Amino acid sequence: MSNKELRIALAGNPNSGKTTLFNALTGSNQFVGNWPGVTVEKKEGKMKGRDGIIVVDLPGVYSLSPYTLEEVVARNYLVDERPDAILNIVDGTNLERNLYLTTQLIDLGIPTVVAINMADVVRKKGDHIDFDGLSKALGCKVVEISALKEEGIDDAVEACIEATLKAAESKKHLPMHSFSGAVEHALAHIEEVTVHNLPAEQQRWYAIKLFERDTKVLDALKLSDETIAHIEEDIKACEAELDDDAESIIINDRYEYITRVVRKCVKKKNASKLSTSDKIDRIVTNRFLALPIFAVIMFLVYYISVSTVGAWVTDWTNDGLFGDGWHIAGSDEYDAALDSYGNEMLFENTELKDIILSANENGVLGAEELNIAFADKDYGAFTEAYGSYGEKLAAEGFSVAEIVDPVLEGEPSPADYGTWVPGVPALFDKLLLDENGEPVVAEWLYSLIQDGIVAGVGAVLGFIPQLLVLFIFLAFLEACGYMSRIAFMMDRIFRNFGLSGKSFIPILIGTGCGVPGIMASRTIENQNDRRMTVITTTFIPCSAKLPIIALISSALFGGAWWVAPSAYFMGIAAILISGIMLKKTKAFSGEPTPFVMELPAYHMPTLGAIMRSMWERASSFIKKAGTVILLSTIVIWLGSKLGNTGDGFGFALDMELENSILGYIGGAVSWLFAPLGFDSIKAAIATLMGLLAKEEVVGVFGVLDFEGMSALEGYSFLAFNLLCAPCFAAMGAIRREMNSAKWTAFAITYQCVFAYAVSLMIYQVGMAFSGGLNIVGLVCAILVAALIVFMLVKRPYKAKNN
Amino acid sequence: MKTMRDAKIKDTVRVVRVHGEGALRRRIMDMGLTKGVEVYIRKVAPLGDPVEVTVRGYELSLRKADCELIEIE
Repeated sequence: MSNKELRIALAGNPNSGKTTLFNALTGSNQFVGNWPGVTVEKKEGKMKGRDGIIVVDLPGVYSLSPYTLEEVVARNYLVDERPDAILNIVDGTNLERNLYLTTQLIDLGIPTVVAINMADVVRKKGDHIDFDGLSKALGCKVVEISALKEEGIDDAVEACIEATLKAAESKKHLPMHSFSGAVEHALAHIEEVTVHNLPAEQQRWYAIKLFERDTKVLDALKLSDETIAHIEEDIKACEAELDDDAESIIINDRYEYITRVVRKCVKKKNASKLSTSDKIDRIVTNRFLALPIFAVIMFLVYYISVSTVGAWVTDWTNDGLFGDGWHIAGSDEYDAALDSYGNEMLFENTELKDIILSANENGVLGAEELNIAFADKDYGAFTEAYGSYGEKLAAEGFSVAEIVDPVLEGEPSPADYGTWVPGVPALFDKLLLDENGEPVVAEWLYSLIQDGIVAGVGAVLGFIPQLLVLFIFLAFLEACGYMSRIAFMMDRIFRNFGLSGKSFIPILIGTGCGVPGIMASRTIENQNDRRMTVITTTFIPCSAKLPIIALISSALFGGAWWVAPSAYFMGIAAILISGIMLKKTKAFSGEPTPFVMELPAYHMPTLGAIMRSMWERASSFIKKAGTVILLSTIVIWLGSKLGNTGDGFGFALDMELENSILGYIGGAVSWLFAPLGFDSIKAAIATLMGLLAKEEVVGVFGVLDFEGMSALEGYSFLAFNLLCAPCFAAMGAIRREMNSAKWTAFAITYQCVFAYAVSLMIYQVGMAFSGGLNIVGLVCAILVAALIVFMLVKRPYKAKNN
Repeated sequence: MKTMRDAKIKDTVRVVRVHGEGALRRRIMDMGLTKGVEVYIRKVAPLGDPVEVTVRGYELSLRKADCELIEIE
C-alpha cells in the first residue's frame, strides 16, 4: 500500500450526513465535477492529513436498482472501477432503511465499513445500539461517528484500510447475509452457469442481479440465449415456490433480514412522544397554514435575494465596482451638491420650462416625465428622462439639447466629495491614459481592455452577489428539510406540466434574473424535470426585460395597463405549454421517475455547511458560465467595432452600428423577421444586442425607431424578444446546468423556435383581423397553432420495447 | 382488493403486496414498503395529493395514484 493510492468510495442514503462526512474527510482538497455524460455531480477529494487516500463521493442513493440515474451512476462506479473500499455512512436514527443499501453494498464483494452517524442523537432518545452485534450480523466492521463533530472519522478510515488489507490477504469475502433456501439454491445455480469465470468475490452480486432480471447486468454480461433460458427456469421455479416475483423476493428478504438484525441489536426506549421535527411539521405542512407559510417564505427569499439585498449589492457591483466608482462616505454631500447644481443650472431656466411644457401639451412622448422631474426639481430623474426621450423631443421640434447638454458637461464630479473609491474601469483608465486623456496603448487595445474584457468580467461578477445571497437561501432550505416539503406541497400543480414541485423556485427567482433562476434548478433531483426547468425558466420576463416592456407599452400602447401583465401571462403560458409539449417528445419520455420521496426530519444546518454549499455553486458559475459570458462579450464587442469605416473594412471605435459586422449580420437576417412584422435592420440588430443583455434592446431600439411601427408589429417584436434565447449570461448558466453542449444547443434552439412560432401567430392572426390579411402567412400561423394543439393533446411517446 | 388509497388519515395499515411494474414498483419497495410492514397514514398535502406516511421509522411521501398499487390487509 506504500506507493499505490487507496480509493475509498463514500456511499449512503440521501440525508444521511454524507456530504458533511465528505467535507470532514477532505477539507478543502476537493474536486467537483460531473459524472461523465450526466448532470449528476461528482466529487472527489484527497484525504486531509493523510497521504495517498482518495475519497470519492457517490451520489446519495437508497438502493442499487437499475432505474434511477443516480443509482446507475453509483453502481457503475462500484462495479466497473471497483474502489479499494466502501465507507458506507448510515443514519443511526433511521437504521432499517439505511441498512437496506448496506446489504446491497456488501454483496458487491468490496471491503466495506459501516459508519453509523448521529449515534449521539439515538442515545439522547434513550435508545441503545449494539455495535459489536451489528458488526457480527453484517459481517463487516461497524464504527460510530459524528460527521458534524468530526468524531470517530479517523477510526472509520483506519477500519477501511484494515479491511482492504485483510481482503487482499484472504482474497475471499463472504457476505454473512443469506437469502431463504430456495433463493440461495437458484443463486448457486446461476453463479455456476454464468459467472464462474469472474473473481470469486464478484460472483454473488452478478448472480443476485441476474436473479432479479436486472436489464443492465443482462446486457453487460452478453449471455447466450441458451444460458438465459436456462437460468430463467431456475428463477421461475423459485418464484413459483415463494409465490412472488424475483425482484420482490430479494427486496422482501433483505428487509426481513434487516428487521431481524435491528430487533436484535437496537434496544428502543419505548417512549415515542412527538419530536421537535414532528411539531414543526405539524405547523409547516398543516392543511390550512401550509400555503400561507409557503407564500411568506417565498416572498422573503425573493424580497431579500432579488429585490433588496441582492439588488443593492448588484447595483454596487455594476455601477460602483465596475462603473464610475463609489462613495465610502460623503455620498449625501454629493447628492446635495448635485441637487443644488440642478436647481441653479436647470430648474430656474424658464425657457427650458416653456419648451417641455409645450411639448407635453402637444403630447410628445416622454415630455410628461421631464415635466414631473422638473417640477420635483429632481436632477437624477430629469437627466435620466432626458437620456431616454431627448432625441424624441428634438425630432418633434422641441429640442432642449442646447440648454441641457452644456449643463450635463459641467456636472460636479463625485470624486470631489467625501471619500470616493474609483471603479475598476477608472483604475484601468489611470493605467492606460496619459494626462491628456489619450490612451498610452493603441486605441483598439484600450477599447478591447475597457469595453471588451473589463466590461465582460464585470458582467460575470455583477451576478455573483445576487447569486451568493440566493445560494445561501437555497442551501438553508435544502439543508433544513423544507425543500422536500416544497416538492410535497407543489407536486399536485407542477406534475401535469412535466415539472417538479421544486421548479417553483427557479421560476420565481427567474422573474428577477434568469441566471440565478437557472442555477436554482440544481435542487431538482430528477434529470428530466431539471432539464425542463432549465429550458423554460427564462420564458418568464426577468427584470432586464422590463425596460423593453415599458418602452413598447409607452411608445405604442399609450402606456396601457395590460401590456406588462400580458407579458407575464405569456411567460407562464409558454412554460406550461412547453412543459406539456416537451414531456411528450422522445427525449423527455423515458420511464417517469416515481414521486416516492423521503421527507427528512427538520434540523438546523450549520453555518459552515451552508457557506460551503454557497461557495461551491458560485465558483462553478464563475468557472463554467463565466467563460461563456466573457468570450461572448468580447465577440460582440469585436462585431460592433469592426466593419465598414467608410473607406473599406477596418476597425473603428466610433463605428456606426449599422456599418459594423453586427449590423451586416442584422441586415442579412432581418428578412427572417418579415413574417413577424419587424424586418427593419435596426430591429434585427436590437434583437442581436439583446443577447448581450436584454436591456440593450432598448439601448439600440430607441423611442424614435417605433415611428411607423404598428401596435401589432410592436407587440410581436416584444413577444419575440421576451421568449427567444436569453442573454449570454443566462446561456452560460444553461450550459453550466445542462453540462452538455448538445442539450444547451437544444434549449436555445427550442426557445428561439418557440418565440418565432408565438410571434408568427400573434402577427399573422392579428393582421387577418385588422384587414391586412396575408393568406400564406395566416396559413403558416394556423399550421403552427395546429401543431402546438396536436402536441398538447397527443399521447405521450412510448418506447417500443417493453 | 383493498389498497392504501382506501386507508384513512391516522390509520395504521399492513402491506400485503406491491402491484405494478418497473421503476415505480421497485422504488416503492426499495423505500421499505414491503410485505408485512406497518404503515401509518400521516397526512395529505394541502392541495389534496400526495400523502405523507410513516414507514420503518421515517416519513415518506407518495402520490395517491401510486397508493393504489399497494395492497393492504
